[in-house]
Amino acid sequence: MGQIKLSKVSKRFGDVEVIPPLDLTIADGEFTVFVGPSGCGKSTLLRLIAGLEDITSGSIQIDGTDTTDVPPAKRGLAMVFQSYALYPHMSVRKNIAFPMRMAGVPAQEQDRRIAAAAEALNLTDYLDRRPGQLSGGQRQRVAIGRAIVREPQAFLFDEPLSNLDAALRVGMRMEISELHKKLQTTMIYVTHDQVEAMTMADKIVVLRAGVIEQVGSPLDLYHTPCNEFVAGFIGSPKMNLIKGAEAQKHGVATIGIRPEHVEVSSTAGLWHGTVGVAEHLGSDTFLHIHGVAGCDPMTVRVDGELPVKHGDEIYLTPQNDKLHKFDGQGLRVD
Amino acid sequence: MATHHSRSAARLMMAPAVVLLLGWMLVPLTMTLYFSFKKYLPLRGGDLGWVGFDNYVRFVSSSAFWPSVLTTLTIVGGVLVITVVFGVLLAILLNQPMWGQGFVRILVIAPFFVMPTVSALVWKNMFMDPNYGLLAHLWEFFGAQPVEWLSQASLQSIVMIVSWQWLPFATLILLTAIQSLDSEQLEAAEMDGAPALMRFAFITLPHLGRAIAVVLLIQTIFLLSIFAEIFVTTGGAFGTKTLTYLIFQRVLESQNVGLGSAGGVYAIILANIVAIFLMRIVGKNLDK
Repeated sequence: MGQIKLSKVSKRFGDVEVIPPLDLTIADGEFTVFVGPSGCGKSTLLRLIAGLEDITSGSIQIDGTDTTDVPPAKRGLAMVFQSYALYPHMSVRKNIAFPMRMAGVPAQEQDRRIAAAAEALNLTDYLDRRPGQLSGGQRQRVAIGRAIVREPQAFLFDEPLSNLDAALRVGMRMEISELHKKLQTTMIYVTHDQVEAMTMADKIVVLRAGVIEQVGSPLDLYHTPCNEFVAGFIGSPKMNLIKGAEAQKHGVATIGIRPEHVEVSSTAGLWHGTVGVAEHLGSDTFLHIHGVAGCDPMTVRVDGELPVKHGDEIYLTPQNDKLHKFDGQGLRVD
Repeated sequence: MATHHSRSAARLMMAPAVVLLLGWMLVPLTMTLYFSFKKYLPLRGGDLGWVGFDNYVRFVSSSAFWPSVLTTLTIVGGVLVITVVFGVLLAILLNQPMWGQGFVRILVIAPFFVMPTVSALVWKNMFMDPNYGLLAHLWEFFGAQPVEWLSQASLQSIVMIVSWQWLPFATLILLTAIQSLDSEQLEAAEMDGAPALMRFAFITLPHLGRAIAVVLLIQTIFLLSIFAEIFVTTGGAFGTKTLTYLIFQRVLESQNVGLGSAGGVYAIILANIVAIFLMRIVGKNLDK
């Protein structure tokens, strides 16, 4: 069981209020991702839940028990840090055993859990090595192993993949997702990478300057972003936001259209522009189009086979049902 | 980019330093060895010829020899224990964020800048004097009989004076080591359920292992040859005669250069034995 409930939680560092009072409930077994740009308070929020920072006001409940003043070790949460925070002078086995040793788990039980964790994480051959002798991905798995053996109520991940190279990151993303399917334990995952958020989450919490902008499933956020910030943050490449005369036609301040929802033609269309940079990914090509009023450059996704090059004249037509409308405050208008 | 040319240029440029260093070391060493085989009494007939190993036998069979070795080891050991233990504690304390941190750090480091002779004199006259020393006043304030530090607890007093001098060095090195400790490791240990003392024992202390090894080795080198502190306080009396001090007495007070030189060679051997032991115990920390 691992339901986490934040009520009116806020955090100040001196005079700076990094997190204004916020409410959030994370259901048992849910994979929740906190996502937002650097400095939006997502790591601070995680550390508040972990108990590594004291909250300024409000309360935190884990499984219905108020844990606001409970020390980190007693909250039944396990955390995986960005730097992995492995103990460099201990072998992998001792690293994984450390939390059990502190909790006074009997030696036999320790061995059983270490073996199970090592098996699950492909670490069996590395148990007697030191962290310094492991690759980045292996260290990451040791850090996860150290969290698993505690059999916590919930796992907290603080940007765990940001120190890995791109290929490894995709692999670890899958492994963490599979781990979640297998353990069915609550997981809270902090990242600034919206791709990680979209691919892994059951529920995404988008944060900006300590304020929750929107909470919802990945597709909810993709299809109905509640404001311009979420619209621009979720989805890759970013949504095109068009202001001015074009938006006026729809009676709003800003309209948004995702690059994948724009149709391209060489002869006719609603908008007209010149192809700037074309990013060829093979399967798709992202075109940056200059000269569209109210949005310069506009990004458009086209088929990878389409023969376009720098300097081509091009016509664009948005799919009208995929258009997002936002008012003067940036809030969604339906 | 070490081409043949640049390598020989580098050797040429290093040569003066190497020659100077070798000269500084080899000349006194050779002279010590040379005199240690001679009967050489500058005020009583000068060079009286070769005597083989006589000086070595006489130096060891002197009743003052083994006590002096023991005193040396006691002082070195005592100072090492005190400076490392208090050094670790002070380093942890100074690493806490507090008001006036920079100023406090300078204060802590200050004793290291005081010359050994001066600090020993300050301790002897200002603190430990049984009549007008600060400690005597303190004892009297509580109605106790002032302690005659340098005669009743002479060895402990000298250990205290020398520790006071070397504590800043240990603190400084250990402080820099503590600052390089990844705070996420401590937080991870905290999440893992380790209370503060366990975190210190399992995370902080192992992290400091290498720095402690460095402190032990460097301090040992200097502590084996402490002299000024003894010279200005007890003058070697009350069981504070170290090997270094014994050699000094043989050469300058008894005017027996040959005997003193033999003692010097024993001092080299003792220093090497201590160094080998230390390297065995702590040196493996340096490889990690």
